[in-house]
Amino acid sequence: MNLRLIFSIAKSLLIARWRQTLVAAVGVTFSITMFIALLGFMTGLNDLLDGLILNRTAHVRLYNEIEPNGQQPITLAPEYKGSYNIVRSIKSVNSRERIYNSGAIIQALKKDERVIGIAPKISAQVFFNEGAIDITGVVNGIDAQAESRLFHFDDYIISGHSRDIAIVSNSIILGKGLADKLLATVGDVVQVTTISQERFPLKVVGIFQSGVQELDKVQSYASVSTVQKILGKPNNYITDIQIKVKDIDKAPQMAREFAQLFNTDTEDIQTANSQFETGSFVRSLISYAVGITLLIVAGFGIYNILNMMIYEKMDSIAILKATGFSGKDVNRIFMVIALSIGLFGGVLGLLFGFLTSLGIDQIPFNTLALPTITTYPVNYSPAFYLIGSTFSIVTTYLAGWAPARKASQVDPVVIIRGK
Amino acid sequence: MSKVVSLQAKQINKRFHDPVTIHVLKDVTFSINSGEFVSVVGKSGCGKSTLLYILSTMDTDYEGDLIIGGESMRNRTDQQLAHVRNEKIGFVFQFHYLLSEFTVLQNVMLPGLKLGKFPEEHVREQALDKLDQLGIKKLADKSATQISGGEKQRVSIARALINNPSIIMCDEPTGNLDKVNGQIVFDIFKELTEQFHQTLLVVTHDPDFASKTDRIIEMEDGRIIKQ
Repeated sequence: MNLRLIFSIAKSLLIARWRQTLVAAVGVTFSITMFIALLGFMTGLNDLLDGLILNRTAHVRLYNEIEPNGQQPITLAPEYKGSYNIVRSIKSVNSRERIYNSGAIIQALKKDERVIGIAPKISAQVFFNEGAIDITGVVNGIDAQAESRLFHFDDYIISGHSRDIAIVSNSIILGKGLADKLLATVGDVVQVTTISQERFPLKVVGIFQSGVQELDKVQSYASVSTVQKILGKPNNYITDIQIKVKDIDKAPQMAREFAQLFNTDTEDIQTANSQFETGSFVRSLISYAVGITLLIVAGFGIYNILNMMIYEKMDSIAILKATGFSGKDVNRIFMVIALSIGLFGGVLGLLFGFLTSLGIDQIPFNTLALPTITTYPVNYSPAFYLIGSTFSIVTTYLAGWAPARKASQVDPVVIIRGK
Repeated sequence: MSKVVSLQAKQINKRFHDPVTIHVLKDVTFSINSGEFVSVVGKSGCGKSTLLYILSTMDTDYEGDLIIGGESMRNRTDQQLAHVRNEKIGFVFQFHYLLSEFTVLQNVMLPGLKLGKFPEEHVREQALDKLDQLGIKKLADKSATQISGGEKQRVSIARALINNPSIIMCDEPTGNLDKVNGQIVFDIFKELTEQFHQTLLVVTHDPDFASKTDRIIEMEDGRIIKQ
């Protein structure tokens, strides 16, 4: 009963000063709108930029590094076991580029619950022959299906189909830069020479554009079996196993575990691309800072308006107190006013924020780097809406707190005598 | 018929400390019986308004004791005092102090709704009864800003009556009214004491008004000199 009365008094005060109320609410609406739009847009861009690298990169990669053998013969000799052995001029060995027992490793990884999927890969250094010119390049042997599923390979194909490399024998997908140099389009045949001087004609079934020009000038993709054939290796020859894990934060730990378990070198995404995480973190931080600043400014607006309202309503507060409303009741009335401004402004802000996001999503955005993107990216994560609404309530609560307290402490005697 | 004491002031002393200490009320002691129509008179600055605010429980910074309806008002919380004002005391001030956001009827109903003893419908009927009794029922749905000064004062009397308080306190209720309206207000007060045995305490400097009340308490320089 009491609470209903407080709500009805607050409502009457709000309606009596509807212009001020509207201005305060518009302040909140504006800040929440900007908060949602800004964060949605920034996060969308962040995701896009991170995706450029992170989506295409294995979370954990198993491979064999070309490096000098850590177990030199002298360390195996029992008579020198207890001494320091210094060996100079050691040469790296590259005889073990392939991953041994790859079939069993793949089987084991497929059973691992932390792993989303795996994609085998072979890299082969080759020359592309165009008339008299040899262009160095890399042919990656991939499982097109797994690659598309795990690393969004399809998103970067600008003509042709990725699955064709598995269907058409001796086929290849060229990087955009490489295709331009070779004057090759889908359906053409390009000549490839391996390091061991063997020539292969390969049919172009697609062109891809990764957005990283340097990559597009040298990279090309073929099926695992095609590359095995080019290299003259058996069909269990695999140089890389790319793993996508469920929890990316556990990648470094899993990388160490797999290195020990499978006796290979491993690399995790955090180590390989540490700069991206820093970049996106700073960008999010800036967006949050701007959004929260907007809200705080709106909070000051509410504070001002409530303060003015209290000065104007001194007489009413005095009479409410004289007729039996306690300080607490008066405090509640003004808190209800503040919070309803916050709630009303906040809800509208969320709505307008969503509409603004939709608007940004329609703006054309064409970039060479990202062939599949046609409009600005926007993230519609509910988290922003939750943070936005929580913050609108919290700021208006804080903005209302001091004026409401002041109102509750109004001494009716001072006001009534003052007349 | 034994007399019931409605309000009792015991040895009330009040000092203002700003900018220098002034002893405003000195050992004020008196009591008001139920159904009495009492006026407090005195020159401007004699402390009669200060006394009224202490009696109204709005001013708690005093020495001595105040007893309303048999209960001491010392050492009460803000909330308890607010409840006492709501339930047992009705106010009429020199200025009307109606809430301009509400209609006449809502203004009268507010203290009743705050008390929360009766459902809203019942409070509304009572408010309409009170307005009818004061002859202003037709103004019920008008905004508080749309009525004349004399009507506003009658609305504030209706508001003071809504919870059937044990005492109504008035501070210069006719001070801001012309002779005709002043007479109307006085007649209402007279009717309230005579027909409804309502206890009334009126602070006034109008000797005409005071002379027509049952009992006059005269104050000078912070003391009661005659009662």
